[in-house]
Amino acid sequence: MSDKLKLSDLNNILKDLDVESLEGVTIEGDIELDIQGGGGMNPAMAYALGHEAAQISLHVANIARMLGYPVDQLFAQCLGAGGEAAALQTEPAIEELLQAKFDVARSSEWNTPIQEVTLGATSADGGSRDHTITLGGEKAMPFYFDAEMPNRNYVTMDVFDMPISMAKAVKSNYEDVMGDPAEWAKKVVNEYNADMVTIHLISTDPLINDTPAKEAAKVVEDVLQAVDVPIVIGGSGNPQKDPEVLEKAAEVAEGECALLASASLNLDYERVAKAATDYGHAVLSWTQLEINAQKELNRKLMKQCNVPRESIVMDPTTAALGYGLDYAYSNMERVRLSALMGDDELNFPISSGTTNAWGARESWMKQSPLKEDSDWGPREYRGPIWEIVTGLSLALAGNDLFMMMHPTSVQVLKEITQTLYGNIEAKNPDITNWITAEV
Amino acid sequence: MKINSPLDAYKYLPGTNCGRCGEDTCMAFASHLIDRSKSGEDCLPMVEEDKYAKKLEELEKLLAPEIREVTIGTGEKSVTIGGDDVLFRHKLTFFNKTAYAYDVTDTMDDKELEERINTIQTFKKFYVGEFLNLDMVAVRCVSGKPETFADTVKKVIGLTELPLVLCSFDPAVLKAALEVAADKKPLMYAANQENWKEVAGLAKEYEVPVTLFAPNDLDLLKSMAKTFAEMGLENLVLDPGTFPTGKEMKTTFENFLKIRRAGIDGDGEVAYPIMAVPLTAWMAYDDDVSASYWETVVASVLTVKYGDIMIMHSIEPYALLPEVHLRDTIYTDPRKPVTVDPGVWEVGSPTADSPVIVTTNFALTYYTVESDISSNKIDCYIVVADTEGIGVEAAVAGGQLTADKIKKTLENAKFDLKEKTNYNTVILPGLSARLQGDVEDKVGSRVLIGPADSGRLPGWLEKNWPPQDK
Repeated sequence: MSDKLKLSDLNNILKDLDVESLEGVTIEGDIELDIQGGGGMNPAMAYALGHEAAQISLHVANIARMLGYPVDQLFAQCLGAGGEAAALQTEPAIEELLQAKFDVARSSEWNTPIQEVTLGATSADGGSRDHTITLGGEKAMPFYFDAEMPNRNYVTMDVFDMPISMAKAVKSNYEDVMGDPAEWAKKVVNEYNADMVTIHLISTDPLINDTPAKEAAKVVEDVLQAVDVPIVIGGSGNPQKDPEVLEKAAEVAEGECALLASASLNLDYERVAKAATDYGHAVLSWTQLEINAQKELNRKLMKQCNVPRESIVMDPTTAALGYGLDYAYSNMERVRLSALMGDDELNFPISSGTTNAWGARESWMKQSPLKEDSDWGPREYRGPIWEIVTGLSLALAGNDLFMMMHPTSVQVLKEITQTLYGNIEAKNPDITNWITAEV
Repeated sequence: MKINSPLDAYKYLPGTNCGRCGEDTCMAFASHLIDRSKSGEDCLPMVEEDKYAKKLEELEKLLAPEIREVTIGTGEKSVTIGGDDVLFRHKLTFFNKTAYAYDVTDTMDDKELEERINTIQTFKKFYVGEFLNLDMVAVRCVSGKPETFADTVKKVIGLTELPLVLCSFDPAVLKAALEVAADKKPLMYAANQENWKEVAGLAKEYEVPVTLFAPNDLDLLKSMAKTFAEMGLENLVLDPGTFPTGKEMKTTFENFLKIRRAGIDGDGEVAYPIMAVPLTAWMAYDDDVSASYWETVVASVLTVKYGDIMIMHSIEPYALLPEVHLRDTIYTDPRKPVTVDPGVWEVGSPTADSPVIVTTNFALTYYTVESDISSNKIDCYIVVADTEGIGVEAAVAGGQLTADKIKKTLENAKFDLKEKTNYNTVILPGLSARLQGDVEDKVGSRVLIGPADSGRLPGWLEKNWPPQDK
């Protein structure tokens, strides 16, 4: 051991010593502490040195204590603490904040950007849309600081090819256009700021109207005429009929690069995929809360049906807030994390049927069916926020495209997702004394 | 925690496989330590025998969660926050759900104070077998007067057992309140750059947890946390400021991510619970509905991403209901099973005249149907079909709920409709109406289509049950 040590050296040596490694240790020679600077030292430096010295004395005292020396009495006497053995445990009274620099690493695991998928085609590309919309491209979890998010979230609003039953709060917005899908589409784009329109051809269901596919396809043409945003074309959900319906719809929408909803494992996904590749559309790969099924279907679409990567969007299923959103949230978060970490079978933009929130009774029922519950309050406010919170939580799990219904929900969801995206300028209140705010 | 495999924990255990913890082997117990379903103290030999004392101490240090746990309040209603070990809930689970505090002020008159507190403490929402509730009351000092504030805090304590957050930046005000409330272990809010020395003194003197507030200044926040820890104050909560709108809100979100990531990654100096104050939304919006909506939105973002405790203002049901449900969503243990056992189950005391109602084995669906029925004291049989944990609408679309499945469920349960009931009728969920014909053919019974939401079953049964003819 050298005779002279820097304070920090001594501290470093001592601080890592634990009880076991001190057994049999002897300290030889004198420990000389050479503090330079004296009275000319700045207060912060003096403080830091004082802190170091105090730490050292602690460590040395601990050694002495282990050796059986009555350190505490000695300290008590020296410091005039009246013989209290706790003197050493009293933490120093600190006059200045200890300096600290906050630092956190960027994630090194996220090394694979999400595939970008562009929906819609302008006249330059053989379509008639006014503009295109690009989904995906993320290099990090949504809105994270690890990497800039290249594309914002988008909202496509639901339009149906026939009047349907829906929650009162939703219905009141569409009573004038119900039964006229073209007018309905115009309304959601012009009045409710929808980025896209989803035309659901539900009347084609054999158990509803069994509208022939060819006739349903005319509605798609009407919608394409009525609005110039990219569109999503949805079937009725009937697995036998949907492939045919989507084929006919894809044909009339040729070159518009619509999103066909959807291919799934329980229907003839090859026909849906072929309709997409033959007529220049993208396909929605829909599975039910099962990450492995999602991988399987995506793989089949790519390998077996030769759908290009830039034409696949996934819907891993949205369950409503209070009705399985925990599964939907974690399923989506896992899908997105796997994709960022390089799983190329999951590396696609994600779409959410956020409209499912309206299935939750809290969104539409007048009051709770359970007598024990507190009052549920007015449902016209409950419904939209249910749709917002359902969508918002999934936005944080990695969702790119939201299929939604209520105009207020759309407006607020866009406001918050674009705020987190960094697109919204606002003058913030002074929150430094929020405690006394008048609210 | 510092270890992540059962083997690492096993090394510290007696290895005698005594079974007193309820597990057959020490290795099985070790795996429960790692998934945090058991703690070191559940190993009785280690607690009882001196020779294990040191090992137990070491083990508990290794098993301590990365984010410190802080307890606020006393008794049954006390809340513990923090305690997390992962950044994504599917990697384990999140522990200690976000504590929701709602505000009152010391300028409210007695009536308003009492009404608000009653709303906060009596709020309840039934959800899969339990009630979702609110946790805390935050008392804000608006008057600026120590005695006024202390007076209000005293009244609040008289009105509720819920733990409190005492909010003021004035140490004299905080001291006056602690004089009347310290034994309830309230959370002090807050130390900031100006008052930290005095507030630290109060936290020490009264032995209460304390929040550190450094709006959008993570260096300062860390400095304060480090300083307080050095002073022996480790029951800390970090508030990096909640900016409600615009680019600052994006920064707020990023601050929450950064603090939690640093904490989980091992920076012990910031490994504390984080506080959000969505109430600031009320400073950005004028009308009540917009402010309340935006407050819920901010609360949602920060509940999903790492807020451990938050202060809010709106006590409207349209704010509280989504908030408590989202919190439950995020904090539900993802390891708990998605399904209930398929079969034919009795609710109440069904007889041959009772209805037979079909649903899925998705736990949420089942519990919803079950509670709607039992809460209305209806006796019936529930046929729980194995839909692989998928709800009705999706299971019909995905082919997991079919006539065959329903038939199989009845057969496996040896439940012969003709023998056990007088009506040979099953009631299908409204969302599975399209299965009606198929079920009639395959099961050979009459099929009624129930309501789309089981909340309407009581009214529906009144009208439709028993069926008119046998």
